[in-house]
Amino acid sequence: MKKAIKHYLLRLADSSLTQSQRLAEWCGHGPFLEEDIALTNVALDLLGHAKLFYEQAAEISEQDVSADDLAFLRDVDQFRNPILTELPRGDFAYTTLKQYFFDQFNVLLYAELMNSQYQPLAEIAEKALKESRYHLTRSRDWCLRLSLSTAEAKQKIQSALDDLYFYTPELFETDDQLKQLLADNVMPDMQALKQQWQQQVDQLLQQCQLQAPTSGWLATGGLRGEHSEYLGYMLADMQFLQRAYPGCEW
Amino acid sequence: MIKTLKQFSKAQIMAWLDAIKDPEIPVISIADLGVLYDVQVEKTTVEVSILPTYSGCPAMDSIQEDIIKHLQKQGIEQVRVKIINSPAWTTDRITEQGRQQLHAYGIAPPQSKTGQPIACPQCQSTNTTCISQFGSTACKALYRCEDCLEPFDYFKCHV
Ligand SMILES: [Zn+2]
Repeated sequence: MKKAIKHYLLRLADSSLTQSQRLAEWCGHGPFLEEDIALTNVALDLLGHAKLFYEQAAEISEQDVSADDLAFLRDVDQFRNPILTELPRGDFAYTTLKQYFFDQFNVLLYAELMNSQYQPLAEIAEKALKESRYHLTRSRDWCLRLSLSTAEAKQKIQSALDDLYFYTPELFETDDQLKQLLADNVMPDMQALKQQWQQQVDQLLQQCQLQAPTSGWLATGGLRGEHSEYLGYMLADMQFLQRAYPGCEW
Repeated sequence: MIKTLKQFSKAQIMAWLDAIKDPEIPVISIADLGVLYDVQVEKTTVEVSILPTYSGCPAMDSIQEDIIKHLQKQGIEQVRVKIINSPAWTTDRITEQGRQQLHAYGIAPPQSKTGQPIACPQCQSTNTTCISQFGSTACKALYRCEDCLEPFDYFKCHV
């Protein structure tokens, strides 16, 4: 079971880390100062969540590894995040909608994980949920604001929806190890979670007067370490320092 | 030889720790902020438990260092700082004194307890507007006073 838990902790950690890294890329590029600060604030919270998950994964690792080793010294095929979180940041509408999908997922997930039989995970979820709720308020508001404003903004967020929509089912993917964790009440039933998520998303899309696409390429593979080419570039950027100067701190 | 720590009481250590301020808001102590959770005096070690405010808050590392250094100065050599996520920190843990200190420093304190409108810390007007839910640090939002027109930080409610 320890191995399965570590696998799941890495899934959660890698998701938050890659999402955080994409948001952090906005630093200095936000549409205006307050929003620049908001984007990096959310990035920092997500980095904090990733750190908590990595620390716990390191704690139960058989090898002597640290949270930093897990974040900065693993290769693409060892990352377990869904492809959604490694996609390029795109424009502001694209980032906003991607963030909304992720926030809505996390808020529902962490509320369930608070009841996990695996106590360390329940405790991290309790902490992360409070922050994710705050993120969700922001990303929802921005979806509405963009969708219901100018024709250009609406067109941009509709186009983001067309691009991103079929990356979202992967958030709920499971494998044999995760099914074992469900049986052991470590993690919730992802199909039930997906229904709740879909309901929330449908409601918002309706309020935003946006149309979800009806067909597209269905993303899959992150849980097995099969990623898009984007992750390699991201890791090259993010891991450069630790790889060039192992153990470097400041 | 390892010194035993019997001569130090929990109350004494708590009182010493009261001198440690939040590194980003240096007028409020970690005790008044509700970050200092517990102290356990063991045979050779003192364990201090803290509740991090936000999980990505970079101030937590420096608070840990401050605790260790400060207690070592008092003669306690072995200090362990334990970070606790449950119970999760909320702004309801900020003491009344802490709220007054925030206000005096120019940061509007969180209003979860009282349900009052957010008052400008300069002129006390409650005619204020939220400019951004995210401020200069994770714990603050940015507001503007519509009467004196000054922008100010609001220590946002986190429950
Ligand atoms: Zn004022």
